[in-house]
Amino acid sequence: MSTAVDQYLDLYRVHAEALNAHSAGVLNSMRGEAAGALARAGRFPVRGDEGYEKTSVDEMFAPDFGVNVNRVNMPVDVGASFRCGVPNLSTLLAVVVNDRFVPTSTLLKNLPAGLTVCSLAQAAREMPSLVEKHYGKAAPLSDASVALNTMLAQDGVFIHVARGTRLEKAVQLVDIFHTSTPLLAPRRVLVVAEEDSHVAILKCDHTQGSEASCLSSEVVEIFAAEGARVEWYDIEESNDATSRRSQLFARQDRGSELHICSATLTNGVTRNDFHIDVTGEHASTRLSAMAIGSDRQHIDNSSMIRHAACHGRSNQLLKYVLDDDAGGAFEGSIEVCHGARFVEAYQSNRNMLASKGARMHAKPQLLIYNDDVKCSHGATTGQVDENALFYMRTRGIPEDEARRMLMQAFMVDVIDTISLEPLRDRLRHMVDRRFAGVKAGCSECASGCSE
Amino acid sequence: MNDILLKVTDLHAKVEDKEILRGIDLEIRPGEVHAIMGPNGSGKSTLSSVLAGNPAFTVTRGSAIFHGVDLLSLSPEDRSHEGLFLSFQYPVEIPGVSMVNFMRAAVNAKRKYFNEEPLGAGEFLKLMRQKRAIVELDNKLASRSVNEGFSGGEKKRNEIFQMAVLEPRLSILDETDSGLDIDALRIVAGGVNQLKTSQNATIVITHYQRLLDYIKPDFVHVLYKGRIVRTGGPELALELEEKGYDWIKEENR
Repeated sequence: MSTAVDQYLDLYRVHAEALNAHSAGVLNSMRGEAAGALARAGRFPVRGDEGYEKTSVDEMFAPDFGVNVNRVNMPVDVGASFRCGVPNLSTLLAVVVNDRFVPTSTLLKNLPAGLTVCSLAQAAREMPSLVEKHYGKAAPLSDASVALNTMLAQDGVFIHVARGTRLEKAVQLVDIFHTSTPLLAPRRVLVVAEEDSHVAILKCDHTQGSEASCLSSEVVEIFAAEGARVEWYDIEESNDATSRRSQLFARQDRGSELHICSATLTNGVTRNDFHIDVTGEHASTRLSAMAIGSDRQHIDNSSMIRHAACHGRSNQLLKYVLDDDAGGAFEGSIEVCHGARFVEAYQSNRNMLASKGARMHAKPQLLIYNDDVKCSHGATTGQVDENALFYMRTRGIPEDEARRMLMQAFMVDVIDTISLEPLRDRLRHMVDRRFAGVKAGCSECASGCSE
Repeated sequence: MNDILLKVTDLHAKVEDKEILRGIDLEIRPGEVHAIMGPNGSGKSTLSSVLAGNPAFTVTRGSAIFHGVDLLSLSPEDRSHEGLFLSFQYPVEIPGVSMVNFMRAAVNAKRKYFNEEPLGAGEFLKLMRQKRAIVELDNKLASRSVNEGFSGGEKKRNEIFQMAVLEPRLSILDETDSGLDIDALRIVAGGVNQLKTSQNATIVITHYQRLLDYIKPDFVHVLYKGRIVRTGGPELALELEEKGYDWIKEENR
């Protein structure tokens, strides 16, 4: 058994009662089984394991992190002061401080009919059958990271969109790390979009202060029922002391649409998994991701889109720009199951290395078990286009500015996959600022986390 | 001799280990149009690249003094600010960089070089509008990425548009006629002629005499094996058109 696994199993054995006391039925009922699964796994994936060639999850979990078992509140309510500025984007905002759900007063006052956004523990108490029907049903305990998260998660975010509800406003979740000691936050999000509902969710990850190291253990489950449309945007702007192990599991019923766009702008070590199970016919999926790395940032994205039904369409676009000694990895696969005919599935991974020290590892895969499909995949890794650079310089644009413009331009097609126009503009601005070397954090934000 | 705009002396340059320019001498005064002709591989495009500062080439000997400034010591961007413009034979497509942002960056970089404030949005758009008219460049192209999906003619018109915006003292037109039909050629050449003043000068690099019917040169130089082997008036271009380059090659065996 690895020490990483060992220490959390120990913690669970000692604190099981406290964990249960501060949580609710459905979440508690799975802890024992999750602990058993974690013990059986014995360790988290390490570098070189299938699917983990460049990232050791075990190393991410190995430091002696604390867990806020007894739900000690933060001394200041950072949530109240935090406004992540996306101009012209009026959202229904909720904050997650470490792993504690903090609704804002505007959210509570303005919740439209048909939408529920609340603490997962609260949902488990008030609508247990609905939570039980979905919680842990997409994320398998056979995965050690899922098992750990399920064993320790006391709270989380629950988003439910009732049948036929089409939301105009986006739901925004701001995840903030705020801690003075090393901390692991088991974060959990459950999204249930019923038939013919539409919802857009924007999640922003931040870390306040930079002294203590933190680890986000995140499991997101998304259920898109027949004809539902779910947009999931995830922007990470944390710091070099932050590790993030995020796993998204989605199930798509007939005719549903799922748009995922993930952006890693600043971070320490990040490993994101996207597992999408397309179980209904005529469903469509779009997964786009960008990663911008400098210094010693490490960003690893892994995707698995499994087409189990006919007439599915999926499109993946993942782009990386890596500078200094940053490392990137992408492993992505498309699986077209036996009998899933007329599937169209595409995957493209494009990477730009801006320095000699930057490294990219790409492994695109296709697994196709029947005929009558259209699939493609491709990966390229190159440098800044010297011809374009010279052309721009002859027009008087200084080299560093030209280089920055080219890097930003490289990300444009990822940004263009975002349907929310204000968010698209905002992300374009954030990417521009990122390449200009401005440190992470929203300048409009009152929390001053960038200081 | 203070009115010399560009004086190139004994210019040698190589790419990797191959010497391509082997002693170029050239003098250009304000108001003049110089045509540089020559067979394929004679070094015409290399000369324009070296003058513009392409880092792929290394200057091994010689000098280029541009209105008193040591051109070869400047970065490509500073050469541009000092008034040198290169119209590319193959304008580069830059997906994701819009024409507007590209031109704004170029205009404001130049203003910054001369300690001027960036141009306001209204003034900038007005400038774009005025300059577009010179080469009849469609407004729709302005919202697109630089040269991306432009036709051959649109790319060349876009080059002259940029030249109009940057108002260079010396423009080098590298094979601007290649890939142009006769109508596009007339528009592009018309644009160049409109921009001509007694204060600026143009170097026209071309294979064919055709372009010189539209842009009248004062001098014609023949480049062969990295040297200017013959200089004459416009009649030299006609002679080349008639006799080809073989006699030049013969003379310089």
